[in-house]
Amino acid sequence: MDILLQQIINGFVQGSVYAMVALGYTMVYGILGLINFAHGEVVMIGAMVAMSVIQLLISSGLPPLLILLISLIISIMVCMALGYSIERIAYRPLRKAPRLAPLITAIGVSIVLQNLAMIFWGRAYHAFPSLLPNNSHMLSGAIITEVQILIVLVALGMMGSLLLLMHRTRLGRAMRAVAENPSAAILMGVNINGVIAITFMLGSALAAVAGMMVSANYGIVHYYMGSILGLKAFTAAVLGGIGNMRGAMVGGLLLGLIESLGAGYIGDLSGGFLGSHYQDVFAFFVLISVLVFRPSGLLGERVAERA
Amino acid sequence: MKTPLKFDINLLELSGVAKRFGGLSALSDISLHIQRGEIYGLIGPNGAGKTTLFNILTGLYQADSGHFTFNNTEYNGRCQPHVLAQAGIARTFQNIRLFANMTALENVMVGRHLRTSSGIWGALTRNARTRIEEHEIVQHARTLLNYVGIDRPHQTLAKNLSYGEQRRLEIARALATDPKLLALDEPAAGMNATETENLKELLLSIRASGITVLLIEHDVKFVLGLCDRVAVLDYGKKIAEDVPEKIRCNPAVITAYLGAEPNIPAYAEIQS
Repeated sequence: MDILLQQIINGFVQGSVYAMVALGYTMVYGILGLINFAHGEVVMIGAMVAMSVIQLLISSGLPPLLILLISLIISIMVCMALGYSIERIAYRPLRKAPRLAPLITAIGVSIVLQNLAMIFWGRAYHAFPSLLPNNSHMLSGAIITEVQILIVLVALGMMGSLLLLMHRTRLGRAMRAVAENPSAAILMGVNINGVIAITFMLGSALAAVAGMMVSANYGIVHYYMGSILGLKAFTAAVLGGIGNMRGAMVGGLLLGLIESLGAGYIGDLSGGFLGSHYQDVFAFFVLISVLVFRPSGLLGERVAERA
Repeated sequence: MKTPLKFDINLLELSGVAKRFGGLSALSDISLHIQRGEIYGLIGPNGAGKTTLFNILTGLYQADSGHFTFNNTEYNGRCQPHVLAQAGIARTFQNIRLFANMTALENVMVGRHLRTSSGIWGALTRNARTRIEEHEIVQHARTLLNYVGIDRPHQTLAKNLSYGEQRRLEIARALATDPKLLALDEPAAGMNATETENLKELLLSIRASGITVLLIEHDVKFVLGLCDRVAVLDYGKKIAEDVPEKIRCNPAVITAYLGAEPNIPAYAEIQS
């Protein structure tokens, strides 16, 4: 078995999930200058809702792909409503407050969502029902499952569509205009609150899909899963240059690769002293390095501190 | 009472508009009227309240009292920006506020936002109506870029345009909203003589196309040479409103600009 290729495949799969979640962080930051630390919990809620819907439908005799699609749509809709509510209830009243206030609120929202999920779904690890046949293919010595292929394809498709939306449509132009200069955008008749709401809803839709992907890949759902995933996606957004959408995509994929290769080789490098369970170290090592050596990220441009 | 049927020669009529910032009276009891098809100048020393007036007219600030009539409709000076933009007031900013990381073309396309309508549904489905609208937006934006004289590739990022081009791009973006009144905040600031001359021609051509122009400018020669009528603000009060020839020799204006002693070289410049 080819370890290098295998780790690259795993990293790419994990990286596409990071990229999707990182987009949610970066889009909100681009428009509001706010780091929405509750975003990871939206991913978790997306996975939980999808799991519950699948469990409800699994005995109905519907074809698996249809069940998957229905649960995906419901999960997306729930997450969009959740994202909208978070913005409306927790952030909009603080739009003009000093930036520390919404940041603390974000952490608060994150804790609230986690605990609500714990009350509703319990503390146990749930198995995510596997609907797709668990076929895998050999690729010159490495294994790739069909679920993984699907994850990468869906992620690439969604990210491509998002870029098209941002650059080829009236709505996307309005969103970028608000991010660039709200006071000028408002004079062009752009509805700022509407644009912000749509930004949160789009980010949450991506989070819902990412939540399904990660739980389908690992087969496990847990009320605490959003927290570490959210932090890593945030790292990916910072790595690519927070506020920059292409940066979030590149940063996500890169972080997935770094983590996966790091986990694959850390044992050899440390002479067996450290094992692959240290893989989380790499993400945060990347975060610290970027913040110290290139705070603007890979694709971000040097900007003055935003007020 | 005004009725929309009656053609009003005045496009904009301010009565008693006032704005305070804490203890500072930025504007007090400003009344003036701007006729349709005019180029109307607003001058005054720094801090006279010119930009504050613009901000009230475009809804970025809320007036403390007073109201204005624009195109036969009365507004109370506490309107949302998009209402006034919809009514047909467009502006540029003293410190250029373009969408710096978007292309020149996209900047003007955002200006069309107000007069177009496709939303998230159109964006997701790319239906025929959306595609036609998008095509019209692009065509309109290209026409306007050519009109204001930006002959660089339209895909150039706004931040990479020259200073004069950025000023003209801002005008093109404002024109894209189909304004009845174009309010320009120091459009000639920082321009060289040639650019200023081109700007003058552009403004005359905009007026000829039926758009009324309101102009804040520090370049007194430029204002007096271009405007049909001029109002002078000083410490938030209107101290004069007249045709340029009369403004030139208005004692109150000369005092506001130069202090009480008119015997210094800059006085000669105003006179020339």
